[in-house]
Amino acid sequence: MPYDLGIPGQLTLALAPDLVLLGGAMALMLVAAWGPESAARQRTVGIGALVLCVAVLAMVIAVAIRQPSAANGVIAVDGFRWAADALFLLAAIIAIALSIDYNPREGILAGEAHVLTLFATGGMMLMAAARDLMVLFLGIELMSIAVYAMVGLNRRSPRAAEGSLKYFLLGAFATAFLLYGIALVYGATGSTNLAEIGERIAALGLSRSPMLLVGIALLLVGFGFKLAAAPFHMWAPDVYEGAPTPISGFMAAGVKAAAFAAFLRVWLEAFPGVYTEWHKAVWWLAATTMVVGNIIALQQKNLKRMLAYSSIGHTGFILVALAAGTPQAATAFLFYLFAYTLATMGAFAVIIAVGQSGGSGDRIEDFHGLWHSNPGLAVAMMVFMLALLGFPVFGGMGFFAKWYVLQAALQAPAPQTRLAIILVITSTISAGYYVWVVMVMFMKQRATDALRIPPMPAMTRWVVTASVALILFFGVYPEPLVRLARASTAVGIAPVDGGPASTAALQGQ
Amino acid sequence: MPNFFYELHFYLFGLFAIASALTFVTRKSPVAAALWLVSTMFSLAALYVMMDAHFIGAIQVLVYAGAIMVVFLFVVMLLNLGHPDELSDLRGKWGRLAAGLLGLAILAQVMALSRTRPEASLVQSDFDRLAELRGENAVAAIAKPLFSDHLLAFELTSVLLLVAIVGAVVIGKRRAST
Repeated sequence: MPYDLGIPGQLTLALAPDLVLLGGAMALMLVAAWGPESAARQRTVGIGALVLCVAVLAMVIAVAIRQPSAANGVIAVDGFRWAADALFLLAAIIAIALSIDYNPREGILAGEAHVLTLFATGGMMLMAAARDLMVLFLGIELMSIAVYAMVGLNRRSPRAAEGSLKYFLLGAFATAFLLYGIALVYGATGSTNLAEIGERIAALGLSRSPMLLVGIALLLVGFGFKLAAAPFHMWAPDVYEGAPTPISGFMAAGVKAAAFAAFLRVWLEAFPGVYTEWHKAVWWLAATTMVVGNIIALQQKNLKRMLAYSSIGHTGFILVALAAGTPQAATAFLFYLFAYTLATMGAFAVIIAVGQSGGSGDRIEDFHGLWHSNPGLAVAMMVFMLALLGFPVFGGMGFFAKWYVLQAALQAPAPQTRLAIILVITSTISAGYYVWVVMVMFMKQRATDALRIPPMPAMTRWVVTASVALILFFGVYPEPLVRLARASTAVGIAPVDGGPASTAALQGQ
Repeated sequence: MPNFFYELHFYLFGLFAIASALTFVTRKSPVAAALWLVSTMFSLAALYVMMDAHFIGAIQVLVYAGAIMVVFLFVVMLLNLGHPDELSDLRGKWGRLAAGLLGLAILAQVMALSRTRPEASLVQSDFDRLAELRGENAVAAIAKPLFSDHLLAFELTSVLLLVAIVGAVVIGKRRAST
């Protein structure tokens, strides 16, 4: 029986995983604040947060199997939401597991670090669920405000302070764009509900309304900032470099995935009627982002900055799937995000492991000859780099991720041939920096004065091993994941001709 | 209702709001700037009242002009930034130029948007609105949808504020042991 979201009790049921996560986060906040800061308390809160995330993940999977549905309301109850939730929780689990080992090392003893991660994850889950621009906005802000604080956790580091302030100011700027865009869309259509906006655009013939188009453009700018798509990417490298490394990974994977999930839902549920207008803008955004991200990444000597630019490049690749706008593209989109999350978080985990020797672990010199001193780490890093590159076999599922996006772009009713060509060319360019890391690890000699890297702590080792195993497993055998992704987006996303029929996108009926 | 007396006051308050806002961004002394911001807030509150949004007008004065600006002034005084003349101005030539261009762009956009009318079928007529306001009162007209249709958004806002406080405390808190 579909949920009736007008009744508070049913709304609570439909939101159960999100509410459990937020409630649990508040309880853990009390645990963290109960006594003085200490490494032991930090660890307790961290393990509590891990258990909570795993429990909510189990809950999401259990709900997804039951396949509930809901009539139009403020919250979506569909497969896409559950798939996105699972992705965010995976990123949160990895980030918290890495933080438990990393934070005390860097002198971050506040247990609230993990609590903020949980709140940010709650915000992401709301973003994936929101079918109302107001709820969507609150989800974005919940995530962003928690992440602003997470970036600045290390109060002894001037870089962290710089990154945090920069992210806060630019984030607030982007928020203003988002809010202005939402206000104009509301002014043009008289509704904040995504489905209603879509229906009214079709019914009232608003596709030429300047107020609506300006509103959509402002929303695009706001989302562009949150996604770190060029030309709105300026903040990403400084922020990723300054943030604690697990949080950099969490931002590159989770925050980006959440922005994408919300972007996809808003664009395909509310604005399919103006597809021809926004398609061009998204096309250019995808093309610029791919080119800018991958070319600037070539010049980076710092691995965290390089991964930041690489994540910008990947934003472009994912935007290609969005520009294609078919059900197949939505499947490719989920598969890509999963592969990308594992590879990026894995790469940041290796940086953390290398940083144990006392340095920051993010200079390329720290990786010289890693194969000779720590063969396990070197092999893991090679898998992550090749996965990000999309190399066959050794890159595991990274290859299939790119392959599916390409396939979706070329087989769409309006083939995105030129975007596909740019994707292939920029992927080739990206080999310049991914393979370079692999090369210095295996071919250079370790510096004689290089500090010995101690064995990884348990949590970090688990994260690295599991990421490598998953990437390689799904690289050989991607079928189950593809089937899942396909089932989650079964209804299909906007048809390219952009008729009123497409308002049914993503609804899970 | 739009008679001469109404129009005159509406534009008077509008002009005063804009003039205060301009003075606000050009002052060097943070205290003077904050006081001009208070004046902007008051003019906006007057505009809200003239548009029959009495409740929002009252809240504007209480929350923005009252609470937030007072706290703001406290912070400015407690931080003791020194004499305003000694403060360096972060806004360079290009910053000013960019801000001016952005302002012009927004002005042009507002002009363009004011020419388009919202769909007639989506606009509640003045008559309906007044009837609603007289039937209940300004507070009930806001409270009802806030605690029924927008209950979820309302609750989420409280979580959002909690997270903002936690984040601020975590960053601002003095370290217990170093």
